[in-house]
Amino acid sequence: MAASVVSRPQQKTTAPAGLLVAPAIIALVLWMVVPLAMAIWFACQRYNLLSPDNREFVGVQNFVYVLTDSSLWISIGITLMLVMSVLVITIGLGTLLAVLFNQEFAGRGVARVLAISPFFVMPTVSALIWKNMLMHPVNGLFAQVTRGLGLGAIDWFADLPLLAIIIIVSWQWLPFALLILLTSIQSLDTDQMEAARMDGANALALFRFVVLPHLSRAIAVVAMIETIFFLAIFAEIFVTTAGGPGLATTNLAYYIYLKALLEFDVGGASAGGLIAVVLANIIAIFLMRSVARNLDT
Amino acid sequence: MATVTLRNIHKSYGDNEVIKGVDLDIDDREFVVFVGPSGCGKSTLLRMIAGLEDITAGELLVDGERMNEVPPDKRGLAMVFQTYALYPHMSVAENMAFSLRLAGMSKAKRWERAKEVARTLQLEPLLDRKPKALSGGQRQRVAIGRALVRNPRVFLFDEPLSNLDAALRVQMRLELSSLHDSLQSTMIYVTHDQVEAMTLADKIVVLQGGVVEQVGSPLELYHHPNNLFVAGFIGSPKMNFLPVMTTGVQDSGTNVRLPGDAVVTVPVQPKMLMVGDRATLGIRPEHLRIDANNPTVMGEVLVVERLGGETYLYVKIAGGDTFIVQADGDSRAKVRDHVPIYIDGHLCHLFNADGLAVPQAERHHLTLSTPEVSQTQASHQTYAQHPQSSQTD
Ligand SMILES: Nc1ncnc2c1ncn2[C@@H]1O[C@H](COP(=O)(O)OP(=O)(O)OP(=O)(O)O)[C@@H](O)[C@H]1O
Ligand SMILES: [Mg+2]
Repeated sequence: MAASVVSRPQQKTTAPAGLLVAPAIIALVLWMVVPLAMAIWFACQRYNLLSPDNREFVGVQNFVYVLTDSSLWISIGITLMLVMSVLVITIGLGTLLAVLFNQEFAGRGVARVLAISPFFVMPTVSALIWKNMLMHPVNGLFAQVTRGLGLGAIDWFADLPLLAIIIIVSWQWLPFALLILLTSIQSLDTDQMEAARMDGANALALFRFVVLPHLSRAIAVVAMIETIFFLAIFAEIFVTTAGGPGLATTNLAYYIYLKALLEFDVGGASAGGLIAVVLANIIAIFLMRSVARNLDT
Repeated sequence: MATVTLRNIHKSYGDNEVIKGVDLDIDDREFVVFVGPSGCGKSTLLRMIAGLEDITAGELLVDGERMNEVPPDKRGLAMVFQTYALYPHMSVAENMAFSLRLAGMSKAKRWERAKEVARTLQLEPLLDRKPKALSGGQRQRVAIGRALVRNPRVFLFDEPLSNLDAALRVQMRLELSSLHDSLQSTMIYVTHDQVEAMTLADKIVVLQGGVVEQVGSPLELYHHPNNLFVAGFIGSPKMNFLPVMTTGVQDSGTNVRLPGDAVVTVPVQPKMLMVGDRATLGIRPEHLRIDANNPTVMGEVLVVERLGGETYLYVKIAGGDTFIVQADGDSRAKVRDHVPIYIDGHLCHLFNADGLAVPQAERHHLTLSTPEVSQTQASHQTYAQHPQSSQTD
């Protein structure tokens, strides 16, 4: 690092420069390495909080146990499902709304603020609102409306638990996608739109050939940021379904929580955590690649 | 065949009327240039013709058909934008063929057409590039190519060259001119560049504040401006103006007294000005001469601008007004010199108190018939253009 400062008198500057940079590097290394090392350490221990004395080094046994646990694979499947569907919903609707909010209409400013406001509500609070005020089978607004129409009521968290979670998370994150996509759409050159209109593009063709390509970068960025957050969705599940019924809404984050704090299996939880890190990394590399490709064209 | 007719066109944004009734006839194959100061409504007028802006009142006809309600792509016009407005994610070929793609033409066919156009614009080696990998001039050419591909009835240009450097602008100007010759299609061109307007146009439309001030061939505007605004706007550096007093009216011309008491006879039609009327005398810098034998007025040089080929002298004459005089490139005049200036009455313009031009007794020989005066016709007209003594004491 310090070597890149100057070329010739390197010998002289390296030592002090290295010294000066050292605190930052050390802090960074500690910040990253210590938790990782501890996770690896615990993952190789048999360590259950119910019998803390019965602690010993077991090698990869925890990994074998976790990886052969069918609920891990279920939770990974659910995680992917959750991430993908919320991505599709927020980006799809976000793009549509961004196009809509870019049009001139009366009260546009107010409408924009309202549309963005769900993002400022804490996940726990919004989950509670959805659980008790909207999706509740007896008191919820949805149930009252459908019952009023003579259609009966859906018990969302019992019958369609994953869908309920997807709806809640989408509601929270739609404003984020909308915000980014709207700013991007506003930077679209109006001359380009007009040129396309003169070339004979109708509204649909304008969207497909001019607006969408222009938005592609912003969409990639939104997808990347959202994925990072969606891999770790927890509060919404904790507040509403507690991972249930059965494992119907147990994602990876919730699986680790179950292992660590309900089964008191620190070793197993750490192994699960490391698997989550690997998974997140695979997805991150994949995303980074596609985003980076998008950014330089 | 493509004629464009504007009938009493108005445009308002809310209460703000920016085009205040424009009437204009554009003939087939004509190259029409809109000029005017910034904000006068040139772009707005062009965009209304293109269909990108609604027409508040009045009628727009293309080939005699009413176009007010026809959407932009159905008018058979193509527009080249100042910012090029290329689609950044499409290659040059895709950019040019985009309208054909939307029209549902097969890929092979539209490729063929894009290639054909690229050949005429020397864009063939660039067909696969993205716009960001092109120079400004190349982008401009692609934008023109995109218009060409559609075979439009009328081409519209909104300051297409203003983002290019001076040398490239000259080159593109020549290319546009030869393009017009070879295509023989109607073109409407917006610019604020004098030289572009004078060199490209068959017909110049001078706009000010949403009103047409004058329509005419470049030389008509130069030699016979209708009013003070057009006189000052066309020509660079701008025409010199002097307040004068009418002292005599004869059939051969009108005598006017300059602030410094010199008198000039301008051969304008008689009876338009009365003795004692105030008027404005206009004369272009290139028509003033430093002439020690025949001085009309004396002046003191304030600034000397040497451009090599010619020299501009800013001269303060008796009465306090400043003249710009175009002198020879090797004029020896220096700041604070006193120079004799000869004003030729035949080259002067007179404007009445309302700023309207007093018609000249004789038309300039190059502006007599249609704009396309042929060489032979022109050579038969013999009008005295050599300096004559028009000075009276
Ligand atoms: N969308 C709009 N809303 C309100 N006023 C507008 C709008 N577009 C243009 N104007 C006004 O209309 C007038 C004419 O604008 P226009 O763009 O036609 O000028 P221009 O002659 O092309 O000037 P320039 O040489 O600077 O391009 C200007 O005074 C401008 O402020
Ligand atoms: Mg303009």
